[in-house]
Amino acid sequence: MSVPTTLLAELTHRCPLHCPYCSNPTKLIEPSSELTTDDWKRVFTQARELGVLQLGLSGGEPLVRADVEELAGHARGLGLYTTLVTSGVGLTRGRAEKLRDAGLEHIQISLQDTDETTADLVAGMKAVRQKTAAAAIVRELGFAFSINVVLHRANLDRVGEIIEYAASLGADRLELANTQYYGWALENRQALMPTRAQVAAAAAVAEEAARKYAATMQVLYVLPDYFEATPKPCYGGWGKFYFVVMPDGRTLPCHGATHITTMTFDSVRDRSLGWIWNESPAFTAFRGDDWMREPCRTCDRRTLDFGGCRCQAFALTGDARNADPVCTLTPARAIIDTAIAAAESHIPYRYRHITLTPARP
Amino acid sequence: MAELSASSIPSLWKLARLEFDPVRNQRVLLYPEGVVLLNDTGAAILDLVDGRRSVEAIAADLKQRYDCGDITGDIVEYLSGLVAQNLVRVRLEAPEA
Repeated sequence: MSVPTTLLAELTHRCPLHCPYCSNPTKLIEPSSELTTDDWKRVFTQARELGVLQLGLSGGEPLVRADVEELAGHARGLGLYTTLVTSGVGLTRGRAEKLRDAGLEHIQISLQDTDETTADLVAGMKAVRQKTAAAAIVRELGFAFSINVVLHRANLDRVGEIIEYAASLGADRLELANTQYYGWALENRQALMPTRAQVAAAAAVAEEAARKYAATMQVLYVLPDYFEATPKPCYGGWGKFYFVVMPDGRTLPCHGATHITTMTFDSVRDRSLGWIWNESPAFTAFRGDDWMREPCRTCDRRTLDFGGCRCQAFALTGDARNADPVCTLTPARAIIDTAIAAAESHIPYRYRHITLTPARP
Repeated sequence: MAELSASSIPSLWKLARLEFDPVRNQRVLLYPEGVVLLNDTGAAILDLVDGRRSVEAIAADLKQRYDCGDITGDIVEYLSGLVAQNLVRVRLEAPEA
């Protein structure tokens, strides 16, 4: 039986930012449907009993909720290593001190860009000053400090500047995550997609920076899967180590899983987390490799990449049992190559918004 | 990043900490966004990784404690894996005052 290590708790989908690559589902959950403080505490307790060691308090912007400090304290009491995944907006000194006193260990702040105009354009608001102030507070209060930057066509050429800036803010870790095309990012794929030349140049810069800063700042460069020949091994396989509880309690094996519209995801309002993890139809659907089709079924790489991402397979081919179309062994790879080739013209962003659900392209 | 050898002095990354997980009945190394599940040997080695002892000193300590042979090579191999993940850092000289 698989024992989970990591739970991502999406406390809310509310967020002051409107980033067009947001990994939240395009149908955002209303505040009135959010789990209560007691619900979340119960979920965290059950998660620890299941074996979870790493907890992400995420969103949306988790600081929109007034109970983050209380939840962080509960998690610390359980022995969880907790990360607050925040935009930095709303992270005042007062709240940061309460979070520290509650036992929160690690804060990750997102940055959009070093170019302020582009950063504001991507965030859909002016947030740069608040983020810089939040970074200083995180540093000063002694949290483990990560910066996360989602990379895309408009900022990829500045990856070198971004790395230097993150180092100047005193980050312990820098995650440079090329856009993964789910949710809002899939809606905005053509506007976000970099060129092959950009991707190759940025990878070289990031590799050099990882060496340069090895002693002080860990630089993690997440490759853009569209530009690879083999798919990513999504969180070590479906229902293997990782899961996500959404603001309304529905529990997913991957934060992109709501893409698979033919599946139903059980909620912690109705079921225990243990039942959902071990027995629910959604979590058992793609465990192991019985579900696989060709070319995965007989492929040597099936134990390495598990056929890639089920959510991406469904979103792009209409069937979650197909190979991830990133794989060059499947004819569906043409979908990816077409998307890369189409990335030459300028397309405006569609911003995430809680009251809008865009039509599928 | 320096290579690890018998004379080098390893230390845990400042953001990593050793814990006992009662659910798995196993020692674990926790750090931002990551977990390493440790076997008994790994945990015994990491318990002695303190930024003061050299690899050789750790080997001597374990040899005495567990009445085993010289495992310096095994420790170098094990810690080198963690160095590659940046979870263990290496210094070649004694710690600064």
